[in-house]
Amino acid sequence: MTKTTHDYYARSHHDHDHTHDHDEHAPVNEHDNGPPGEYEVMSRAMQELLEQKGMISAEQVTKRMELFDEEFPYRGAQVVARAWVDPAFKARLLADGRAACAEMGTVLEAERLIAVENTPEVHNVIVCTLCSCYPRALLGMPPTWYKSRNYRSRVVFEPRAVLREFGTVLPDNVTVRVHDSNADMRYLVVPMRPQDTENWSEEKLAGLLSRDMLVGVTVPRVSA
Amino acid sequence: MSDEASLRSTYTPAPVHRFKVGDKVTVKTAHPPGHRRTPQYIRGKQGVIERICGAFPNPEELAYGFDGKPERVLYRVRFLQTQVWPGYAGAPNDIIEMEIFEHWLEPAR
Repeated sequence: MTKTTHDYYARSHHDHDHTHDHDEHAPVNEHDNGPPGEYEVMSRAMQELLEQKGMISAEQVTKRMELFDEEFPYRGAQVVARAWVDPAFKARLLADGRAACAEMGTVLEAERLIAVENTPEVHNVIVCTLCSCYPRALLGMPPTWYKSRNYRSRVVFEPRAVLREFGTVLPDNVTVRVHDSNADMRYLVVPMRPQDTENWSEEKLAGLLSRDMLVGVTVPRVSA
Repeated sequence: MSDEASLRSTYTPAPVHRFKVGDKVTVKTAHPPGHRRTPQYIRGKQGVIERICGAFPNPEELAYGFDGKPERVLYRVRFLQTQVWPGYAGAPNDIIEMEIFEHWLEPAR
């Protein structure tokens, strides 16, 4: 078990004059501006063909989209909260992420999962430099910043600068371990459980965890 | 990070594999055309096998509609950032890890 007695994140503070590119209020320009793009046309044509051939139904597509929006984004937090309260589960999660998720009823389909644990000595952060590979069944759709060329190109060679922009400042004695999710594995960061959460329920702990923490760009904190 | 903690045991071992956890390897410096999952920035760099992920269909074949057989052994390889990027500005122990297929690796000399 990792003890969180030395909170090496304590020095960091979230200042608001840094330059995030993950502004949640940024306009979404995908669907409703002008005529549909080439890929959207192809996607619609494919869906219509598959429906005509009776291979899928519109209801199935809608259901799948609902899962991505309403269920998948919360699974990762549930898995990590379980790992925080159950050391044996955490050991199984770190040994074989896919099998551990299956225990919780979360089937990762084709995804092979590697869970990596933050400790007082090591901080993990995930990127896919080649495209935008992401553990969608655990975190939902990847955020815009994760797919941006800025993040993908910079976090591999100046991870500390990128983390600082997210408000995560790491001292030099903490090893930064970057994972380029470039082939068949998907990755989940298990953050350190914050101090003063000893009596928290699993559900309350899950509520502390955001997507960004499970990608490794921020860390959970309990406000004093 | 101690070696024991950092070099985790194999994930889903492939029965036949050329390298084992802890082996020093060099990523081939090659620039073949087509779909490759080996990032340009890591070609020619030396690292250490972190774990064996298992055998997976070859993405270089899958990308063109073939079946990806025979499957290739996929490894996770750990590199010191200072050996990947000249003038790396972070701490000397910082590392980067990624997945490299066996046919892109050779023993480090």
